[in-house]
Amino acid sequence: MAKHHIEATVNGDDVEFLCETEETLLDVLRDTLHLTGSKEGCASGDCGACSVMLDGRLVCSCLVLGCEVSGRRVETIEGMAKGESLHPLQQQFLEHAALQCGICTPGFIVAGKALLERNPNPTETEIRYWLAGNLCRCTGYDKIVSAVKDAAVAMRKG
Amino acid sequence: MAENGTNGPSGTNGGYVGTRTIRPDGLDKVTGRARFGADYNLPGQLIGRVLRSPHPHARIVRIDTSKAEALPGVKAVITRDDFADQSSEFIPAGEMLMNYKDVVRNVMAREKALYEGHAVAAVAATSAAIARRALKLIDVTYEVLPHVIDVVEAMRPDAPLLHDDLFTAGVEPKPEKPSNIAKRIEIVLGDIEAGFKKADVIVEREFKTAAVHQGYIEPHAALASVSEDGSTELWCCTQGHFIVRAHCARLLGLDIAKIRVTASEIGGGFGGKTVVYLEPLAIALSRKAKRPVKMVMSREEVFKSSGPTSGATVKVKMGATKDGKFVAGFAELKYQAGAFQGSPVQPGVMCAYAPYDMENVKVIGYDVVSNRPKVAAYRAPGAPISEYAVESVVDEIAKKLGLDPIELRMMNAAREGTKAAYGPKFGPIGLEETLNSIKKTEHWNTPLRKWQGRGVASGFWFNIGGETCASLTINEDGTVSLMVGTPDIGGLRAALTNIAADELGIPYEKVRPIIGDTGSLGFTFLTGGSRSAFSGSMAIVEAAKQIKAELCARACKLWEAKPDQVEFSNGAVRPLGELAEKIKPMTIADFAKVAGKTGGPIGGYGRINAQGAGPSLGTHLVDLEVDPETGRVTILRYTVAQDAGKALHPAYVEGQFQGGAVQGIGWALNEEYIYGADGKLQNAGFLDYRMPVASDVPMIDAIVVEVANPKHPYGVRGVGETPIVPPLGAIANAMEAATGIRFTELPMSPPKVLKALKERSAGGMGAISRPPL
Repeated sequence: MAKHHIEATVNGDDVEFLCETEETLLDVLRDTLHLTGSKEGCASGDCGACSVMLDGRLVCSCLVLGCEVSGRRVETIEGMAKGESLHPLQQQFLEHAALQCGICTPGFIVAGKALLERNPNPTETEIRYWLAGNLCRCTGYDKIVSAVKDAAVAMRKG
Repeated sequence: MAENGTNGPSGTNGGYVGTRTIRPDGLDKVTGRARFGADYNLPGQLIGRVLRSPHPHARIVRIDTSKAEALPGVKAVITRDDFADQSSEFIPAGEMLMNYKDVVRNVMAREKALYEGHAVAAVAATSAAIARRALKLIDVTYEVLPHVIDVVEAMRPDAPLLHDDLFTAGVEPKPEKPSNIAKRIEIVLGDIEAGFKKADVIVEREFKTAAVHQGYIEPHAALASVSEDGSTELWCCTQGHFIVRAHCARLLGLDIAKIRVTASEIGGGFGGKTVVYLEPLAIALSRKAKRPVKMVMSREEVFKSSGPTSGATVKVKMGATKDGKFVAGFAELKYQAGAFQGSPVQPGVMCAYAPYDMENVKVIGYDVVSNRPKVAAYRAPGAPISEYAVESVVDEIAKKLGLDPIELRMMNAAREGTKAAYGPKFGPIGLEETLNSIKKTEHWNTPLRKWQGRGVASGFWFNIGGETCASLTINEDGTVSLMVGTPDIGGLRAALTNIAADELGIPYEKVRPIIGDTGSLGFTFLTGGSRSAFSGSMAIVEAAKQIKAELCARACKLWEAKPDQVEFSNGAVRPLGELAEKIKPMTIADFAKVAGKTGGPIGGYGRINAQGAGPSLGTHLVDLEVDPETGRVTILRYTVAQDAGKALHPAYVEGQFQGGAVQGIGWALNEEYIYGADGKLQNAGFLDYRMPVASDVPMIDAIVVEVANPKHPYGVRGVGETPIVPPLGAIANAMEAATGIRFTELPMSPPKVLKALKERSAGGMGAISRPPL
């Protein structure tokens, strides 16, 4: 079968690509658009390492088909820093040592951003439940939770 | 950045060691730029896929690959015929031994498929879709055999045999019949019979633990490119690329110099990435196809085909006097090895009673094969299992004697001078300090409610050193390139950069650390055994020493001075005495500018076999609550105290404590390999293999105890593995406190907890249970 021709925006840039019906958005991001910051940990929506924003909504890109994003807006980890300045979540992850191996980090930061956009002042419990869709095997989550909390403080201060 | 700094031992004043510097590789990891195993691609690459056995035990009668080979787009197909057989020979690998006769059979099944998911063939094709189609065209004729999954059943004389040439080692006389028991081992200290005679209280229990997976989030990945003359480049996620090189050279009959392995960033390993799975297959496919081949495992493949750690059955019998002195300890450990021998039962045996000063100890271990994936190392391999059983019994002794569990441990704690049952006399170790730290916490003194319980347990791990290289190169502008050969799995670059900056007396930001490939440094053992910061920092100290000596020698020439008229301190060679009045000090950057005129490039190269790794001991404290209606257990509060010797980078040391504790929580409460009667794994995915998520755990308080290791220039001990040892026992002990039931089987998952609660209300379980407080 012929491939689908898809036009979308990724991190603010217009992109067009061809994809097979069965290819996921994660496959397209990683293999076609060469944006490898989103990771595949399970391909079943259980680990959150492939988290991206689709029209402002947090999704696992392994559960979205490439051809579903036609005309839509995708934001990935690669679009989070603006020029020289990191997103406050990125900065806080560094300062809190909230990553060890770093494979889950892009997913956590994208998911954390989605949380803080909805809830600029989350409690520890709210952070933990929001991030329950992202697996981290290294940190025990302690420093990740602290980083998100402090990023919220930084963002509220503007 | 260098607040709360402490000075290194070499008269430097950088003061980075002991501070929370920002990791040099961090920026790449928070922006998505860092390249992990699956992020590498090459022009013209093919995609490789593996055909895996659907049967837990089957003879492979015939493999017909002709239809797959004929499929357009398929460029190579490999089977057992593409790997030469290997002789039986044990060599050290990580913390375990490996036998290439088994390794070649594990990477590609030969006579038999020995577990569901065992690799049987592999293909390389121009797309993943074609590769998948090709796998379906490979025709394998199996003769299905009876299988055995459970370790106790596998030990029975009438159990299905996995290997007809496996005879139990360590028993006299040598058995005449083959068996699934690969090995019996034993350690003995003193006389346990005499010891038990002195005991006022004896507790004997049998425990069972489930096989659990390391659960790294990054699946195994490899990209290989082999040229016509056999020159091989390999990129893969591994804990030790020098080890990967050695294995691949052996399995593929290549000269070591022909293979260059580059370790990608690694997305977790915990011991599971110390062995090879895809790497030799990717090389073999690339060699056949003459094109690069990329292979990545699915999560299902990771669960079914890469190594978890052993499930086990453990018997423990301990005796104590009424004052609480442990007088005898016996244990018998039966560990699953998976399909090939080599479970971590040896360290399990050695660690069982290691935290305690005891005169009479006997521990027996059995290494048992069954139709499961071959186990791989997992954080303090073997130790959590045996120490969980002992710590549970220690808790029971405390209750029987009416003693405080911390006091009881304190009374029996191993300390400097204690002779361990496994052999050595300990140098300075920090178990007592961790017990004291826990006792002083507010946590220990907080009251609990009904259905809540508090548990404490201690843990021990040896730590290792070993072969390590590190180079420091002074660049033309005075900045420094630091290279080591151990992959950075959790902040290693930051810890080592702290050391390098302090040793050379230069700003942290002027040091750029990289992980060198196998062509850039001498053989360096893997990241594992809690060795990479310990031995890497020793190699850096050695490299820095060479640089300092070289700069002093150059200064002597330039200044026409004698060696005792100069010294290196604070990043510069300084003239001493009278000379100081005439001559200004020369910084590293000053030397760098004139390097060409003063003897050429400046650098140091530490090549060491690091000795003197100090054991790290820890004590964990946990509060939990049991929901009597569902059996669900909630961890309410958790504190870790562990001896780090010296924390090079406290944040990453705490991170090891916290991460290990949460892995242990998963092991204790939920994680397990679940097999059906058909011998197939039923929960090969993250939804059903339930690892802790953020909402399952509280903050983990980390107390870094520092009892210096005298064998390391900064006092460092490895810290990575010990944190997973105490949680199993601490949680089981807290469960007893909450419910009155001594759980002897892991995981203590909701169905099992609920069942135990129901049996208790029905009047069962006898002496093991008491009513909840």
